[in-house]
Amino acid sequence: MNAALELQGVHKSFDGNPALVDAFFSAAWGEVHALLGENGAGKSSLMNMVCGLYAPDTGSIKIDGRAVTVDGPLAARGLGVGMVHQHFKLVATMSVAENILLGHGKGGWRRSLRSVRGEIAGIGARIGFTIDPDARIDTLSVSEQQRVEIIKAMIGGAKILILDEPTAVLTDDESAGLLTQLRLFAQSGACIVLITHKLREVFSHADRVTVMRGGQTVDAGRKPSDFTPEKLSALMVGEARVYQIGEHLPPGQVRLELKQLSARRDNGAVALDRLNLQLRGGQVYGLAGVGGNGQAELAEVLMGIRAPKSGVLELEGGPVPPASSGRLRRHGVAHVPAERYLYGLAGDLTVMENFVITHLKDGRFGAWGWTDRRAFERETDAAIAAHNIQGARAATRARLLSGGNAQKLVLARELSGEPGVLVAHSPTRGLDVRACAAVHRALREASRAGTAVLLISEDLDEVLSVADRIGVINRGRIVREYDAPADRQEIGRFMVGHA
Amino acid sequence: MEFATFWLAATPLFAVPLIAAALGLILNERAGVLNLGCEGIMLCSALAATAAYLETGQSVALGLVVAIIAGAVVALGFGIFVVILRTNQVVTGITVVFLGSGLTGLIGVPWTNVALGGLQPIHIPGLTGIPVIGRFLFGQDPVVYVVLALVGVVSYALYRTRIGLKLRAVGENPQAADADGVNVEAYRLFAVMAGGALIGLAGGYLALASAKIFVFDMTQGRGWIAVALVIFARWMPWRALLGGLLFGGIEAVIPRIKAEGLPIPQYFLEMAPYAVTLFVLIYAAIRLRAGQDAPKALGVPYVRQDRR
Repeated sequence: MNAALELQGVHKSFDGNPALVDAFFSAAWGEVHALLGENGAGKSSLMNMVCGLYAPDTGSIKIDGRAVTVDGPLAARGLGVGMVHQHFKLVATMSVAENILLGHGKGGWRRSLRSVRGEIAGIGARIGFTIDPDARIDTLSVSEQQRVEIIKAMIGGAKILILDEPTAVLTDDESAGLLTQLRLFAQSGACIVLITHKLREVFSHADRVTVMRGGQTVDAGRKPSDFTPEKLSALMVGEARVYQIGEHLPPGQVRLELKQLSARRDNGAVALDRLNLQLRGGQVYGLAGVGGNGQAELAEVLMGIRAPKSGVLELEGGPVPPASSGRLRRHGVAHVPAERYLYGLAGDLTVMENFVITHLKDGRFGAWGWTDRRAFERETDAAIAAHNIQGARAATRARLLSGGNAQKLVLARELSGEPGVLVAHSPTRGLDVRACAAVHRALREASRAGTAVLLISEDLDEVLSVADRIGVINRGRIVREYDAPADRQEIGRFMVGHA
Repeated sequence: MEFATFWLAATPLFAVPLIAAALGLILNERAGVLNLGCEGIMLCSALAATAAYLETGQSVALGLVVAIIAGAVVALGFGIFVVILRTNQVVTGITVVFLGSGLTGLIGVPWTNVALGGLQPIHIPGLTGIPVIGRFLFGQDPVVYVVLALVGVVSYALYRTRIGLKLRAVGENPQAADADGVNVEAYRLFAVMAGGALIGLAGGYLALASAKIFVFDMTQGRGWIAVALVIFARWMPWRALLGGLLFGGIEAVIPRIKAEGLPIPQYFLEMAPYAVTLFVLIYAAIRLRAGQDAPKALGVPYVRQDRR
């Protein structure tokens, strides 16, 4: 039997930087094939070629034994390839049925709407999804939106279904359900490519696994049972070191406290519901939770860019007026925002300008009305060296830094004023293992120096490995708090609200 | 009584250019293209309509067709810049305004300040004679009824056809539309041209029916009012109809007040439509949360993720 999907000798570079070097891949009909690798290993780039988003510089793509050129998403669909991207490609203001009609309608409006509704129900019944075809996308949860993407691909006639980190946005229960359903779909003869960096999923749900690292295929097509977890993770990360947490120090005084704090989302819905939180010096407080339970709004309140509806924010024992970002900063609250290029950095300014921007008022860089460029450069160069920011000089535009180095720049700036409180929201999102370790180390070191660190993260493993104290946020409230070490299973249950 | 009859009867004459232009802009903006060149496109098509009318034996129909074509052609030029070359939509739009004003002033001399017979209202015996609302409802020119129908057509096209679905998708989330095989640039160009045709109709009507004359810069900011009207209408055709009637009514009351000889300063009156526009925008910003209804990709050029 022909391989369902076969790629050979694929090269691809972006702006002269090689992203894929002689990568290869082969998956068979009827299997779930895991494509394993860390962020930036080239997994997504490779699969984007199969779905027509990128064109390979050189190399061949074969589908069911036939050499093909995929010169666009439409061509990919014609070849029976469907891809569920990490960022869903759905129109938020339209209904499920309308989104599916966008790519697949035939005949008149009413007829095609009716037939699309029928197909949604049919496929839903076949693989155990139920979804309301008339619901607007922006009223659906993330896991429901993902189902819409999968149904869309299947209605498009996909026999090869590629999923890019599908469980990154799901709870453990939802992930298990999804992977079981994908397995059923594979058994009916389809080919499932599961892009992931989670070893657990490979061992529990994949028939075979291909490992990529640094744009190259390092191991292809063996069964997961041929590996030990240690072996597989070594293949995946090379020689990276995992940061080990140090000892837990006794907590210091309360530096920041939220009392009965409530806030609303932009659409008026309740985001934070009378939340209480104490951050102490010398402690990393890890806030775990599934995305969308109020973490973004909490971070914004602490940044001073969202006014709480009620409640008190106290800093070093004294109340702070709401929504005053400047005052919070002057009182020593520093931030590492989740949206690096929205709130963290001005991409078109230089590294130096980005580094000094928050410190212009504290006198280090000249008095009122003038700036001391020498001091700018001196401190920026020192920070680049101290934080090992690669590829950066004072005059480099911040946009040109890689994700990990951009984050190091943000950290360097935020920590340079020796803040009393540091709020870090998903600080390692999209970073590779090495950069993650550097970020974690910086957070730990800041807390050892007396800073109260709040780490808001959707990655439970990250919280467990870095935090001294752990809180679980669910629907805008902190539902449980633990001193580390804590029980992973139990935290997971509180995260999804089943406990 | 007399006042109300004449005022209502004159309202559509002022409302139609605003409604047609706002409909055109809704098509543009629903597809994600912010066309601030509306004023300039209206001027070009007003001149084109006047020239065609005067040079070809005074045919209103031909004049309006030429206006529609002129609107589409100027809009296509704008579209090539902002959709294909991805120039800044705001700057390009404003350029079109000044280009339209200067160009029509330059080449429009032979047709400027020539009084036209233009488009005449229809007369339905019996119905037109109904007090107060008779002339308002039944005594208008044919284009008024055509534009009324166009409101329904545009609304139907946007919400009940696949072309409309794709057009809206391109304005809301071009990445998603692209992944579904919708040609983003083609749909945006199409929307810009179709919208330009409607804006062209607005310009032609302004010259041949509202003013019955072409003069330099005759739009006097009506293109800009249409831009504001779209925000007031929250990008919905039916609301643009209501808003157009509101603004048209305000414009129509000015000559009536002058005719009645009421002691209100002329310049205050002529300022009124723009002042009302400003207040409407403030109201929309505060009460309607205007930004929420805006197409999400409005004004953002679409660049497919690097596939070099």
